[in-house]
Amino acid sequence: MGTLRALLRKEFLQIARDRAMLRMLVALPLVQLLVLSSASTFEIRRASLYVVDEDRSGASRGLVERMAASGRFEVAGASVSMARADEALLDRRVPVILRIPLHFERALVRTGTAPVQLVFNAEDGAAAGVLRSYAGSILSTYSAELGRELRPTFQAVAGPDAPPTPGVPRIDVRTRAWFNPELNYHHYMVPGILVVLVTVVATTVGAMNIVREKEIGTLEQLNVTPVTKAQFIAAKLLPFWVIALADLSVGLLVGRLFFGIPVNGSLLLVFGAAAVYLLAALGIGLWISTVAETQQQAMFLSFALNMVYLLMSGLFTPIQSMPVWAQWVAQLSPVKHFIVVMRAVLVKGAGLADVTVPLLVLAAYGATVLTFAVRQYSKTTA
Amino acid sequence: MSPLRGFVLKEFRHILRDRQTLVILLLLPLAQVVLFGFALRTDVRGVRLLVVDPVPDAATLALRGRFEATDVFRVVRVLPTTDDLAGWFRRGEADQALVMGPRFAQTLARGEGAQVLVVTDATDPNTGSTMQAYAAAVVQGYERELRAARPGTPAPGVEIVPETRMRFNPTLESVNLFIPGLIALVLTVVSALMSAISLSREKERGTMEVLLVSPLRPWQIIVGKVLPYLALGFGNVLSVLGAAWLVFRVPFRGSVLLLLAECLLFIVTSLALGVLIAARTGSQRTAMMGALMGLMLPTTILSGMIFPISSMPAWLQPVTHLVPGKWFILISRGIMLKGVGLEHLWRETLVLAVMTLLLLVAAVRSFDVRLD
Repeated sequence: MGTLRALLRKEFLQIARDRAMLRMLVALPLVQLLVLSSASTFEIRRASLYVVDEDRSGASRGLVERMAASGRFEVAGASVSMARADEALLDRRVPVILRIPLHFERALVRTGTAPVQLVFNAEDGAAAGVLRSYAGSILSTYSAELGRELRPTFQAVAGPDAPPTPGVPRIDVRTRAWFNPELNYHHYMVPGILVVLVTVVATTVGAMNIVREKEIGTLEQLNVTPVTKAQFIAAKLLPFWVIALADLSVGLLVGRLFFGIPVNGSLLLVFGAAAVYLLAALGIGLWISTVAETQQQAMFLSFALNMVYLLMSGLFTPIQSMPVWAQWVAQLSPVKHFIVVMRAVLVKGAGLADVTVPLLVLAAYGATVLTFAVRQYSKTTA
Repeated sequence: MSPLRGFVLKEFRHILRDRQTLVILLLLPLAQVVLFGFALRTDVRGVRLLVVDPVPDAATLALRGRFEATDVFRVVRVLPTTDDLAGWFRRGEADQALVMGPRFAQTLARGEGAQVLVVTDATDPNTGSTMQAYAAAVVQGYERELRAARPGTPAPGVEIVPETRMRFNPTLESVNLFIPGLIALVLTVVSALMSAISLSREKERGTMEVLLVSPLRPWQIIVGKVLPYLALGFGNVLSVLGAAWLVFRVPFRGSVLLLLAECLLFIVTSLALGVLIAARTGSQRTAMMGALMGLMLPTTILSGMIFPISSMPAWLQPVTHLVPGKWFILISRGIMLKGVGLEHLWRETLVLAVMTLLLLVAAVRSFDVRLD
């Protein structure tokens, strides 16, 4: 035990001495958490709208007013020529054009239906998709309102309050958005981003650690001491494990204070899962550093790995949307399982029984990786 | 032979001699772009649907069939009550639930309004609202079909029908949107890592002293160090663009020559970023970690690759101007998807060029010619 204590003391001293490293371990993740979490949202507040109103009727003006009053759009330009509108779209001055064709109102009164054209700049596809659904819901609300105004002879037969009309089949759809009724992106993204930040920091630093001793030559000095392999790995692992857990706690606090993320489940469960998860994540970092010969190799390996962590853990895009083979790759990433646990416990209030499967996967992962790392590390030099 | 030429030649030989690293540097970006190009998709598919149908009748079975017939929904279980819905969601075994109201077929036939409740796991707001809209559309489609089967049903009020056009990417194909961003991300990190490593390694090994006492000026050292990686980076550009074209069939509507030139400019920017990081940090380790951690996540999130910049808070939008990847994404999407040329992209190109210049000047300035 004394040996391990001495080793741990050395590692902690080494980390504490390197100010630049300490900044990267503590300050960088927090700053990134604040900035990146603020950026991670699909909610668009005021998109510029270009209006081409060829009808110039009460109904068409009402529609434009509605779009502006929703707070989702603001009219940034208007003309009767589609060419000018196209130019604005091409220049990225506006992301969307609303064209109301001639005889819009007349068609509505006579036939009950009329088209409008919405042209999006799908170069930014995510924004285009979001704006399309905003515009769609504004249009259907306005349709319902216009119906009562323009065609009073026809009773509205939709909506839960409508009187029963014999012979007209009607389905009332009610929708509930559970766990995140206000569709707040922070609740979803902050826990995920925090996990990735902590992981990137811990595995990268961990991976560089042993290789550096290899390159500098101090590893040989350690190898001739009576330190056992397990002790050595433990001493290399524990400091970063502690730092990563500290990062996670501060990150959760920041998430709670700045972004109001919910804590619906037990924090104890979150930290228990984190403790297991970090052993797996750090184990992978250590394994890289025992495999790699130079810091450069270690760096590229951990770069490749972290990219998979970042883009294939369901952080940004749903895993179910990936091709099946890619879903299997995603299963291999421990980050994926821990993000699932974090989101389930924090947002959905899941208990131990609900997250047993991902927890077991993480535990198995950690045990395997650590065994490998200890085996791989050889005290003799080639 | 001028000192600079000799130096550049030496650097090229260094890189060519280390075959293993060379192969990694050439293949890694290609592999990443292909892997993530397949994996990153924003369209919602394979929604796991729970059906709560206490008393099944002809109408509920028909509606269920409607959901099963789409390629979006997959019914995982039919439950008799809503008691354990939350449990299914918490365990992550279902994404959405369709709860049929009482006496469904009966109320439907009488026109009293049959009740359907759609419960969605909205933990992920984006996917959640999409799933909600899909489910509502399926139910409405069923309703419309029933009405069409009974002629003489009065038209319900008025309907404004939106005709949507997605210019430049009509099907909102995920690959077309992500490929420019992936290229930006991978090129930024790989280029910056390479130049950061090559400079800081000389520092750490002590060979920098030899270079410093040589007749080479600081900018020449930097140019000599960076030039071979520029060639390597351009090789990466060719391979990832080739993959984009052959594997993903991303359109190249504009001038390929212009795109290549812009890629070259962007690599210089990224290399300069790496040099600056190396000049500012002491060891290889801090340089590499700075390059990796300082660039990977910010480029992913702040460049507009995934989240639209227009949805970010007002104070943050100017911050994205500092991310070179943002400008490159605007340029490459412009050329590939919109087919526009410099007349629409000169501003973005100018920003990248000025940024590169500033980075290079800052790098040369902070490049210390003295050793402590």
